[in-house]
Amino acid sequence: MDAPSMPAQSVAQSSTGAVHHSRRSFLVFGAAGAAAWLAFGGAASAATEGYTAEFKKLTGDRKLLEGKIKIELPSIAENGLVVPLNFEVESPMTPTDYVKSVSFFAEENPNPQVASFAFTPLAPKAAASIRIRLAKTQNIVAVAEMSNGDLYTARKEVKVTIGGCGG
Amino acid sequence: MADTAKPVPRVRMPTTAKAGEIIEVKTLIAHEMESGQRRDAAGQLVPRKIIKQFTASFNGQEILRSDWASAVSSNPFLSFFVRVPETGTFAFSWLDDDGSVYKTEQKVTVG
Repeated sequence: MDAPSMPAQSVAQSSTGAVHHSRRSFLVFGAAGAAAWLAFGGAASAATEGYTAEFKKLTGDRKLLEGKIKIELPSIAENGLVVPLNFEVESPMTPTDYVKSVSFFAEENPNPQVASFAFTPLAPKAAASIRIRLAKTQNIVAVAEMSNGDLYTARKEVKVTIGGCGG
Repeated sequence: MADTAKPVPRVRMPTTAKAGEIIEVKTLIAHEMESGQRRDAAGQLVPRKIIKQFTASFNGQEILRSDWASAVSSNPFLSFFVRVPETGTFAFSWLDDDGSVYKTEQKVTVG
């Protein structure tokens, strides 16, 4: 996975010609948005390869929109074994306009899948609260699929003091 | 933690509501949620045993289904919202990796 991603990174960085060549600054700069983010996710470390594959499996080549998803996570989690995660996706939740599913990934967990929620129009809010395990400091990524097929995504970083995977 | 007792689910929610009211449901079930990544004293991987799916329904109609991976904490807590259209029964179920299903119900009266 590293091999196909690395050339993309070097090409993209040299083409910017900017002083700051860090991954993050390119991301902010990047016009390719989600696609670039995925490519760099794959290049970042071995652990995120699994995440990239899972994320791709869900989103395919579909366009990713920003907004609508509100994720609440602590910025610093002292104990990675129990990290409270709250979310709400903005939606009228009517039979013709509702949130079909919300999936969460932890980029650096040994298994990047965390939990997914399938809502029906009977749910008054596309919201829930759950507690999750995080192996180390990383980004949590949410993907919400609307009843019309639109995909929204959001991410939040959590700094983990003590890992939550038996380490 | 060789806990062989059957996990008992707990649900906290109002038992009365106004028609159409939105109420919060809080659920908790005692379960080790063995991730499958932990090694025992002999260095052997402890096989995964988690609750992999939760469902909530009202009078037989599904409201919410949640698929869980090993990243869900032990003794999984989940809270969410439901609407109470009329007097009826909310049913909740947890599906274990070993095929066991743990269930509980709560009647809510509109009045």
